[in-house]
Amino acid sequence: MAKASSTLPFGGTPEQEAQLKQYIEEHKGQGGALMPVLQKAQEIYGYLPIEVQQMVSDGLGVSMSEIYGVVTFYSQFSLAPKGKYKISVCLGTACYVKGSGDVFNRLSERLGITNGECTPDGRFSLEACRCIGACGLAPVLTVNDDVYGRLVVDDVDDILAKYAE
Amino acid sequence: MENVNIKINGIPLSVPKNYTILEAARENGFEIPTLCYLKDINAIGACRICVVEVKGARSLVAACVYPVNEGMEVVTNSPAVLKARRLTLELILSTHDKKCLSCVRSGSCELQKLCKEYGVEDENFFEGVNERVEIDMSAPHMYRDNNKCILCRRCVAACEKLQSVSVIGPIERGFKTHIGSPFEVELDATSCVSCGQCIVACPTGALSEKDDTDKVWAALADPTKHVVVQTAPSIRVTLGEAFGMPVGSNVKGKMVAALRRLGFDKVFDTDFSADLTIMEEANEFLERVKNGGTLPMITSCSPGWVKFCEFNYPEMIDNLSTCKSPQQMFGAVIKTYYAEKNNIDPKDIVSVSIMPCTAKKFEVGRDHQDAAGVADVDIALTTRELARMIERAGIMFTQLPDEEFDNPLGESTGAGVIFGATGGVMEAALRTAVEKLTGEELKALDFTEVRGTAGIKEATYNVAGMDVNVAVASGLANARALLEDVKAGRKNYHFIEIMACPGGCVNGGGQPTQPASVRNFVDLRAERAKAIYEEDKNLPVRKSHENPMIKKIYDEYFGEPGSHKAHHVLHTQYVDRKNG
Ligand code: SF4
Ligand code: SF4
Ligand code: SF4
Ligand code: FES
Ligand code: FES
Repeated sequence: MAKASSTLPFGGTPEQEAQLKQYIEEHKGQGGALMPVLQKAQEIYGYLPIEVQQMVSDGLGVSMSEIYGVVTFYSQFSLAPKGKYKISVCLGTACYVKGSGDVFNRLSERLGITNGECTPDGRFSLEACRCIGACGLAPVLTVNDDVYGRLVVDDVDDILAKYAE
Repeated sequence: MENVNIKINGIPLSVPKNYTILEAARENGFEIPTLCYLKDINAIGACRICVVEVKGARSLVAACVYPVNEGMEVVTNSPAVLKARRLTLELILSTHDKKCLSCVRSGSCELQKLCKEYGVEDENFFEGVNERVEIDMSAPHMYRDNNKCILCRRCVAACEKLQSVSVIGPIERGFKTHIGSPFEVELDATSCVSCGQCIVACPTGALSEKDDTDKVWAALADPTKHVVVQTAPSIRVTLGEAFGMPVGSNVKGKMVAALRRLGFDKVFDTDFSADLTIMEEANEFLERVKNGGTLPMITSCSPGWVKFCEFNYPEMIDNLSTCKSPQQMFGAVIKTYYAEKNNIDPKDIVSVSIMPCTAKKFEVGRDHQDAAGVADVDIALTTRELARMIERAGIMFTQLPDEEFDNPLGESTGAGVIFGATGGVMEAALRTAVEKLTGEELKALDFTEVRGTAGIKEATYNVAGMDVNVAVASGLANARALLEDVKAGRKNYHFIEIMACPGGCVNGGGQPTQPASVRNFVDLRAERAKAIYEEDKNLPVRKSHENPMIKKIYDEYFGEPGSHKAHHVLHTQYVDRKNG
């Protein structure tokens, strides 16, 4: 299964590009430059779409195959941007036995995206996460810094409505 | 090289200091199994099938990467070693799509062979993740079935290190690890050049050519079709391997006999159109020199190389010779000259080629390869597919008599046959161009400077007062290095030969597979090429322009090399695949 890529159009600015290129210039030729450059790129853009990976490839002279391999190997790298509202559903044991899987599926259905993806309007991104230490409230999800607990599937629509603006 | 003293399985030995345990053992009669290791390109110590016991070491070590040292004592076949290897195999099988009965590699699969050798009794010993994925059928020349992939990465190494194409790599981690292209695009959407070097590197049935034999069976069974076959220069020196014969056996006579028994109406030799290529290419070169045309001129007979140029060096497309490849020239001659002479409608001819190359499957579908308004070549088969047909037809290959090609288009020269090895096109072209330039008979026909397996070869010949600088590269990584030198002005050549596969067609991606246990210790390029040069040496005619049939076809049909008609039938165009 592939890591989810973004369907959003790439909105990088010339400033971001200049910043990345300068960083590549400074690190190029040093052994093992790829990891720090990718980390920097993710810091600048928030994620690593094909356009950014291509810049890194051209700049460092490393093949896209190698870069894509590294990006998908480490979970710290993301191929899709985070939404304005980042929804994390806990699939830890306690939450899972209390039905967080169903909550996740309902969200996925309503938003039309799956794990690691972002809606085409950039509003919501969805991800599954491990235990966040709120097992007493299981099942739990978070939207940015807001925590919602003791969920049932039918709560999903109300929660989404709150972030409609 | 300094030697060290070691013991392998109790036997005292003195071996070069830079050897690995694998090499030391092999040279002294002990085979250690390997899966991921491929000499020179993939020493990653990943699969652990090659483990051995080293006295004093805390755990078993990987023999393919572990260097020998003074006083070392190695056991290659202790019970612990055998058990570890079997466990490794059982783990591989736990995720493997075990469909040997219908697998293209059954019988030549390295995994299958090891399972038998190591006595794997229960192939379902471990229950692994068995999520099945779709087979990538997108490309015209091959498919990838990751369900049979053991993640040895030999294909990745071939694509990157030999070819500098790098369109495949490992993606994700853990159970999800798989080989694919960036952003999961299908192979056909990448700049893959169709060379097939990944296929011949693969130990299993995960990678294979697209099998076109059904189309050929159908044509052969159709009484309304005139089915003509041509065989590339290198097939005669590799086909025997598919029937257990030693590497480097020349089976030309048996190959012709087998094709006739399969029912082809005519069995012709691509060597003939190699001679034709030389006539056109030598002429094109002389014209460019005379008229200030684009130099260096670069050969265009290797479709993998042509595609690589179109993707990576579109600015050098004008340097490519406009000559079609010998395969396509042959097809074009069949459907024009031959069809006219024999009064056959080109539409009723099925033109089949037997090629060392998977890129030939791509080439038959290119634009501007249809001299008679229909495809010059209809079906390109690899050596492996021909072997499959012979086997299926129940033809006992090794017992066949030697037969001769059909005439008139079976006639060829030593110059044609050496097209099968790196440097061969250059040498053949020089044999003709030098005579044309000097107007005198060329006595010394062996241009040994351009022979051999070196990745890049160069030479300067003084011809009629002019210094002609030539270069020869095989393997696209070498080609890339050479072209970078040319572009940067570090090197100045007049004429360059490039073949996509390391060593040329003899080591093409469509040739019979040889397991790593052979590839790592036998130089296939050199052994197969030897048989090619042997044939050249023994042929009565060794210059293309002295081929009587070549003289005839120019007299009767083309007029002169480079004539209007020759251009229409024998030349082609290229596309910029980088900028669209
Ligand atoms: S790849 Fe080898 S082991 Fe796997 S199904 Fe094919 S022959 Fe059998
Ligand atoms: S066919 Fe050649 S270029 Fe294409 S993936 Fe295989 S090795 Fe790479
Ligand atoms: S496709 Fe073949 S060569 Fe490539 S990693 Fe898989 S098993 Fe190895
Ligand atoms: S399992 Fe969900 S918060 Fe602990
Ligand atoms: S680790 Fe030695 S062959 Fe794979």
